[in-house]
Amino acid sequence: MFKWKTDEFSWVDFTIDVLRILIVLAVVVGAWNTLSSGRITFAQWVNLFAAGLSQGSIYALIALGYTLVYGILLMINFAHGEVFMAGAFSTVFLAEALNRTGFLNEQPLLAILVMILFAGLVSMTVAILLERVAYRPLRGSPRLVPLITAIGASFFLQYTFRGLYGSAFKAYPQVKILQGAVSIGGINIPIVQIFVFCSALVLMLGLYWLVERTRVGKAMRAVSENKEVARLMGIDIDWVIMFTFGVGGFLAGSAGVINGMFRPQGVNFFMGFIPGIKAFTAAVLGGIGNIPGAMLGGLFLGVIEAIGPNLVLAGLGIPGANQLKDVIAFTMLVLVLIFRPQGILGERLSEKKA
Amino acid sequence: MIRHICSLTCAISLLAVFLLPLSAVGACDDPLGCVEVAPDDPIVVGAMLVMSGAINYLGEDTLGGVELALLDRDYALMGREIELVVEDSLCTAEGGQVAAQRMAADPTVVGAIGTNCSSAAQGAIPIISESGMVMIAPSNTSPSLTNADIAAGGSHRPGYFRTSQNGLIEGMRLAQFAIYALGAESLATVHDGDPYTSGLAQAVADTFADLAGDVVFEGAVNKGDTDMSSILTEIAVHQPDVIYVPLFEPESNFFAAQMQYIAGLDDTIILGGAASFSSSFPENTGEAAIGIYVSGPLVSGDAYEKLLAQWLDEYGSDPPSGYHAHAYDATNLLLSALESVAVVNDDGGLSVGRQALRDAVAATEDYPGLTGRLTCREDSPFAGDCSPGTALAVFIITEAEVYDDNWPPPLAWNFAVDSFD
Repeated sequence: MFKWKTDEFSWVDFTIDVLRILIVLAVVVGAWNTLSSGRITFAQWVNLFAAGLSQGSIYALIALGYTLVYGILLMINFAHGEVFMAGAFSTVFLAEALNRTGFLNEQPLLAILVMILFAGLVSMTVAILLERVAYRPLRGSPRLVPLITAIGASFFLQYTFRGLYGSAFKAYPQVKILQGAVSIGGINIPIVQIFVFCSALVLMLGLYWLVERTRVGKAMRAVSENKEVARLMGIDIDWVIMFTFGVGGFLAGSAGVINGMFRPQGVNFFMGFIPGIKAFTAAVLGGIGNIPGAMLGGLFLGVIEAIGPNLVLAGLGIPGANQLKDVIAFTMLVLVLIFRPQGILGERLSEKKA
Repeated sequence: MIRHICSLTCAISLLAVFLLPLSAVGACDDPLGCVEVAPDDPIVVGAMLVMSGAINYLGEDTLGGVELALLDRDYALMGREIELVVEDSLCTAEGGQVAAQRMAADPTVVGAIGTNCSSAAQGAIPIISESGMVMIAPSNTSPSLTNADIAAGGSHRPGYFRTSQNGLIEGMRLAQFAIYALGAESLATVHDGDPYTSGLAQAVADTFADLAGDVVFEGAVNKGDTDMSSILTEIAVHQPDVIYVPLFEPESNFFAAQMQYIAGLDDTIILGGAASFSSSFPENTGEAAIGIYVSGPLVSGDAYEKLLAQWLDEYGSDPPSGYHAHAYDATNLLLSALESVAVVNDDGGLSVGRQALRDAVAATEDYPGLTGRLTCREDSPFAGDCSPGTALAVFIITEAEVYDDNWPPPLAWNFAVDSFD
């Protein structure tokens, strides 16, 4: 671990090791101070953990889109947050209509399924159009070109949807069966949070099955390994790439509806920006290009964001700890890039891929 | 030779073209200059309001008030047409700055109604003041805007007035309401860094502490935050009787909706600010909004009822928020001042001295407005405050507002009738 103790002393390694020790020390001291003060009850910690896990599930679903596209094209699709917004924003109108007719609360599970499918299809269409119009013509160009294009596409989508649906905030109607809480060991866990975690888990397992157990999944993995060899094996590379964008889009759209059940308010054209950046952080945290890594990274980020401010920052006496939630997320990104660039589950990329 | 004569003639003509308007301006002896309205031109009145974004309903509400005030005069003053120019000031300092720059760049604008948000006012005030114009805000409440002590965080400059009540007054009344009406002994406040929310939170906390209440938590969230579990848990540690949350939507929705999931806050009451005084608040918050108290403007009287009937005729629905009467008063204040200082020139044009207009608004005393009898003050920290501060009430949100689209909610306390002073 401590490379500077060996014969090959390096100031860079020394600094990084000192930084590593300081960070661990700060986390331990902060956590110790908080836990020993007993300010926050066990029930409140569980509440925070459950909220973090639910938020993390949504990050994970979006992060999968980043990681799928990176795995296959080695590009960061920075417009993916807007793909999430497209599904969530479009479906809020369907949700309102279902609520007005009473269908939402008479057949809640069916209504949610319809909404997820609708949002998934909208986001899938947007993602496929994005690939076809903005990224495919740039395939083979330097990596900076599609990156800048993705940022441009992100703004284009934001303002297109602003033009379509306006700039006012909308809210998903609340589904009655998701209200309330279940008591586990005397601790109330909101039903909606259990729903969010379970539905995200189903979608993630579905994706894992698709990639690992189906022919198209095998084709995706083959294209990810080596496009030229995959082409020689008779795989339609363009179709597989388009399909991958579509799958990522579907997951993002589904995440939009699940997010609408979890945090119904604040639906507008700009709602995809922060979750998009957080999901990208989660994908890097887990190991970009690695599907289980994106899932784990999302959940990890959600929980750290929820617990970190109260556990570590408040324990260190930092005022306004809750306002530093985003700082924790992006500090995690920086730390991962410094100490484990390949992410939690990622492997070191070969020269060609990196 | 002929060429020289031509050049000379051209030069003299050009000089005449440039000097002609200057000579007209020269006739104006106002230290800040005059707005010259040509005989056939309209009088241009500006409005810097929030026309887009989460709280655009506030802009629509106040724009309606401005338009109805103009309609009362048939869009005419001193025999001339009045033209209304509207700029979107958003609810940010940058938005206010851009709107003010557009107003200041137009030499025909005599004065402006706006802004809605205190943050936008902070961006607009320096530009409007520097340009010699007058702005009358219908819904700014931040105490800093009428505080002329720059060193103490004040941002008042000459030319700024408002018909909405000062946050210091609103904060004092809400703290009194929490202690005397709700029986609160401990208080937590949450703002979002905006001058409006932070000013109100501070004013409530100060008065609550002065009245021997225990302020157990003063915190903030970031604009754009969706997850409030962290701050709610921190508040739950202190178990306050009341949380004062003057946040805007959607943060106020997230805060109220997520509070039910935090252990230890079961008996805590939320007291929201006027930023949540909109039918969209219970609609977007859902069931969790039931039982929440929100402060908001309350105007009554025959003249106000007439305005509401006019509103219904003109727009076909009820006003979306509660500051339309303040905007109506602000417009009338501006037009009355304008009428008193405008000078009709020999050519039939109008000349409006900018300093004279400021002085006329500042001299407003006991003006019979819809929101009370308006008197503009000059003493900091109330410099530019024209509101009597009586049009304020606390409402309670019930099931009818959440499920049946009822608005406004039932009255919990009317400060015009039951004052704690």
